[in-house]
Amino acid sequence: MSESVSVRVNGNLVAVRAGSTVAVAVLASGATCRASVTGQPRSPLCGMGTCFECRVAINGEPRRRSCQVLCEANMEIETDG
Amino acid sequence: MDSVKHLRFDVAIVGAGPAGIAAALTAADSGRNVGLIDDNPAAGGQIWRVAHDSARPSASSIWFDRLNKSAVQIVRGARVFHAAKGELAAESDDCAIQISYGKLILATGARELFLPFPGWTLPNVMGAGGLQALVKSGLDISGKRIVIAGTGPLLLAVAAYARKSGAKVIGICEQTTRSRMARFGLQMMLVPGKAAEALRFAYDLRGIPHWTDCWPVAAFGNRRVESVRISRRGQTSEIECDYLACGFHLILNVELPRMCGCRLRENFVQVDEYQQTSVAGIFCAGEPTGIGGLELALVEGEIAGYAATNWEDRAKHLFAKRARFRKVVRILQDAFPLRPELKNLARPDTLVCRCEDVPHERLCEHASWRAAKLHARCGMGPCQGRVCAPAVEFLFGWQIDAVRPPLFPVRCSSLAAIPSHSAPRI
Repeated sequence: MSESVSVRVNGNLVAVRAGSTVAVAVLASGATCRASVTGQPRSPLCGMGTCFECRVAINGEPRRRSCQVLCEANMEIETDG
Repeated sequence: MDSVKHLRFDVAIVGAGPAGIAAALTAADSGRNVGLIDDNPAAGGQIWRVAHDSARPSASSIWFDRLNKSAVQIVRGARVFHAAKGELAAESDDCAIQISYGKLILATGARELFLPFPGWTLPNVMGAGGLQALVKSGLDISGKRIVIAGTGPLLLAVAAYARKSGAKVIGICEQTTRSRMARFGLQMMLVPGKAAEALRFAYDLRGIPHWTDCWPVAAFGNRRVESVRISRRGQTSEIECDYLACGFHLILNVELPRMCGCRLRENFVQVDEYQQTSVAGIFCAGEPTGIGGLELALVEGEIAGYAATNWEDRAKHLFAKRARFRKVVRILQDAFPLRPELKNLARPDTLVCRCEDVPHERLCEHASWRAAKLHARCGMGPCQGRVCAPAVEFLFGWQIDAVRPPLFPVRCSSLAAIPSHSAPRI
């Protein structure tokens, strides 16, 4: 069994398999990634860094594309959704 | 201010998918200093994206072994956002990167075409390749109900992968006609290596309905998708699902080739027999020269790598092989043309531009992509039209204008790092 890594999504502890992206942790937490300019919930579309729908704040840095960033232990992830 | 890293390569390659890896390896054979630049955390592109907990597929392991043993310098997590003569500007998470090169090989690959329909912005409506990429990145879909819709052979690959990952694939909705699909199957059997692949898919997908003349009409759900209405041979029906994976074939990533001044023909990068573009010293390999899949991308990459290092005779030896796989480009074009009904899926209030939430009705007022950008902000958000521009090109027949720097939203410090002689003229 592969190792897991724990991060916090909106303060809630989420464990995902090591090597998972932040987008996966957000989806596993039940949250959505961002609120659109008219307030709709959005989550990943392309999964490869082109659509920008998966943006979240990681360790305080806003608007990171979560599908392009790997989870690291104790990462703090904040979403708008 | 962030630090600036300076890199200098005899041959720089942008894109570390199969074409880029093949190009890097043949270019490195010459002993030249080769750099392979990619925006992902790991090399492999989309097709060779490695699942976090599994071994590499055997077909790719030979290439990765060679890459690991080679002298190729891999620059990961670097997004190229500007190109000037002999120079590229990129940024990574922690620094700006200035790259100068002697020869450049563009292997920028392709992305999925998404078409707007009511509900397509709901969470868990994803690209077909998008869902696969997320599963490979760790998303657990075991036991989830998945509908796969759109067009092209990628749908079959994604369905097979989703099933293997424990999902329940309810059905595959393929918009092309049954006769085109049947002809596609027969023609691919004649391409070397493809017959075995087709048989493997048939086995992997046994029992999963594959509906032709079928497409999504609307997705429904409260905060995430719960069901999809599909049209199939004139009848509509509703299917409950946890994920809707939708892809309407591929769009070529030609933004960087365009910025480099490479000539395009019908959205493909034009190349000569050595994969050289209209700009001397700049080569292009893989999907941007014509969608032909893995084998074609590899051989094009190899040719480009040899040609960029003045090994024309070695490149020439691969021309016949390339010609065999080049047939796939035409087969795919003939098999999966988008049907006109798909232009009518969006309702007046359906969003077309997801970054700026621009509905279809706001676009109907305009006559061009440029006007829609200026007046409705369509394509003006962070994805810079990568999602909506190909869609409106199909929906309205608009010509999409040339690209402008920066190719991606970047930090001010990365812009400031560009030396003045190669700075973009705005």
